[in-house]
Amino acid sequence: MKFINYLEKISGIDIYGLLSLSIFVIFFTVMLFVVFKTDKKKFREISRIPLDN
Amino acid sequence: MQVERFYYDNRIVRAFGYATILFGIVGMLAGLWAAIQIYYPESSLGFAPTTFGRLRPLHTNAIIFAFVGNASFAGIYYSLQRLCKARLYSDKLSWLHFWGWQAIIAAAAITLLLGYTTGKEYAELEWPIDIAITLVWVVFGINMFGTILKRREKHLYVAIWFYIATWVTVAMLHIVNSFEIPVSFMKSYSWYAGVQDALVQWWYGHNAVAFFLTTPVLGLMYYFLPKAANRPVYSYRLSIIHFWALIFIYIWAGPHHLLYTALPDWAQSLGVVFSVMLIAPSWGGMLNGLFTLRGAWDKVREDPVLKFMVVAITCYGMSTFEGPMLSLKNVNAISHFSDWTIAHVHIGGLGWNGFIAFSILYYMIPKMWGTNLYSKKLASNHFWLGTIGIILYAVPLYWAGFEQSLMWKSFTPEGQLKFQFMETVNSILPMYYSRSVGGALYLAGALIMVYNLYKTIAQGKFIANEEAEAAPLVEETSHGREYWHRILERKPVTMLVLSLIVVAIGGVIELVPTFLIKSNVPTITSVKPYTPLELQGRDIYVREGCYTCHSQMIRPFRDEVARYGEYSKAGEFVYDHPFQWGSKRTGPDLARVGGKYPDSWHYNHMYDPRSMSPGSIMPAYAWLLDNKIDTGSTSAKIRAMQTLGVPYEKGYDQQANRDLMEQAKTIAENLKKDKIETAPNAEIVALIAYLQRIGRDIKAESQQKIVSTDK
Repeated sequence: MKFINYLEKISGIDIYGLLSLSIFVIFFTVMLFVVFKTDKKKFREISRIPLDN
Repeated sequence: MQVERFYYDNRIVRAFGYATILFGIVGMLAGLWAAIQIYYPESSLGFAPTTFGRLRPLHTNAIIFAFVGNASFAGIYYSLQRLCKARLYSDKLSWLHFWGWQAIIAAAAITLLLGYTTGKEYAELEWPIDIAITLVWVVFGINMFGTILKRREKHLYVAIWFYIATWVTVAMLHIVNSFEIPVSFMKSYSWYAGVQDALVQWWYGHNAVAFFLTTPVLGLMYYFLPKAANRPVYSYRLSIIHFWALIFIYIWAGPHHLLYTALPDWAQSLGVVFSVMLIAPSWGGMLNGLFTLRGAWDKVREDPVLKFMVVAITCYGMSTFEGPMLSLKNVNAISHFSDWTIAHVHIGGLGWNGFIAFSILYYMIPKMWGTNLYSKKLASNHFWLGTIGIILYAVPLYWAGFEQSLMWKSFTPEGQLKFQFMETVNSILPMYYSRSVGGALYLAGALIMVYNLYKTIAQGKFIANEEAEAAPLVEETSHGREYWHRILERKPVTMLVLSLIVVAIGGVIELVPTFLIKSNVPTITSVKPYTPLELQGRDIYVREGCYTCHSQMIRPFRDEVARYGEYSKAGEFVYDHPFQWGSKRTGPDLARVGGKYPDSWHYNHMYDPRSMSPGSIMPAYAWLLDNKIDTGSTSAKIRAMQTLGVPYEKGYDQQANRDLMEQAKTIAENLKKDKIETAPNAEIVALIAYLQRIGRDIKAESQQKIVSTDK
């Protein structure tokens, strides 16, 4: 069955698609932005946690 | 600042470690036995509990939940304390978790062998055990979060994120997939039917691999690998991306287990797209692991912990490369239902999960007993036996899968199927022998480990409470800019909620449309509910685990239609609680078996499969000839089905047994004509009734049409 069938039959279903796509894109953009913005020193410090005990 | 002194709890780690070893051996033995049964069916001993259909779920459940589960708990409790610089939240909860989990395993082992099963792969356990799992899981959650909240380390190291995601996702998957209506103590029907049941089941099944066999184990990798190599992980930045991408994408990939089935197309496509994307985070994680060893490869030669770790990570890389490939529809058309899938799973199971489990045991046990490993040489022997075992296991099965699948699809120039099903089975038997040799070697290696660890323990002295010191955590006043993620990573509860949202999205998008509208599964008017006798027969089919070797799903391929009949339609399964599509064709598909053979054929075939089809590797089911149908349960079963929306007439539960006996007598008389005397209330009669019904309803539709045009 084609997906268009669902888009036509369920009222307000389009919001699922739009929401999920935007969450997906926004989430990854923000995550990448933050990850690359964060100070390398900070990461070095955190990544040593297992070795300190 | 005052430094606090506290003690790590090693006792609970030891307990989970011992359980890992015990159930690892038990699970592997069950697997080896099942593997031998495939080419030597007499080794089922003619005894219901030790027959393949019950032994195989025991093997999979033992390996997943008992072996890998206990190994993960051991590793999580060991690393969590040290990463949080705190003792576990509550000793009482730790032990409740431990004994609760072992009780579940014991109950699972007993009930699976007795034939109590829901018939859904890796979720076979019946409803009382499902509830117990939920409770123990909550105990584990409280204990983990309690520990995280009382930690003395500001940051949550990435391993802990993986533990949190594991906890929240497994909880969600288990609850959604276990919706079932109890019929009696130890018998229930899945809330969902047919296509919907299949979708929920594989959404669960796939993510059980993702969040029970992968994320906790990745967490262990991120702790134990840097520890053993004595250097930080290659890129912490990559580990963050790895984490979010992995949990975000994994949850969508489930439908790739249902390609070319009666599942709606769009859901299949969604599964394919996300499965292909999954290779990025998976390989990110693998490379992060391997690169951590940059400049430390000389240690790999020496240290058994690292040796196992390297092969484990490599196997992880191999199976996560293979996974996306297998989810491409054209590859899946060849691999699905064949031994290729089994090989793929065991690269992950034996290589990734098994080797990580061995690796952390070799790491933790000497540490907790304050000694060194008894023998590096024996560990090295174990390593080689295991590695060669994996190769001898997997390579022949890849070959078998490919060969058999191509044989299934071969046609003669005249357009006839070139091979009988039996010929394709017999041609791959040598590969089955080799597979069991590989499995035996792997098991032998594990036994060497048991001896080695026993000697290690004997020479050391157990440190039940390991002393540690750390400064307590103080409220930090914010100085300047604080990045979102750094705030987040200090707040485990926020992390939990965010992980839940991330993993819930995929599930919602996939599952909701399938449930919201009826037109999703086009109904076929001629498809009718099962008669009471057929229903009882179907429950016997489920109980004996027939689905572990027989599919009920004809894909729309030329060879399958030629071999089995009209391809399967979504509307045919609307009364199937649970669905029984299966995932492996060790025997032929049964979706159109109804009416294909006379009743007496089935009777003789169950008594001695080789008398009816020479060369068959199916075990005998002689007890079905003697066991009596449990007619006491019929009305409860009908009522349960009515609750689930199966349109039996009101009050039908009262007369169901009368109809059941009537139909049973007809079959018994039918058998008598072929000189077979049987009591009409023997289980075989119910099973025959069910087998003769499968796939016939849509044939009735085409006949009806002819009748109506005649009028």
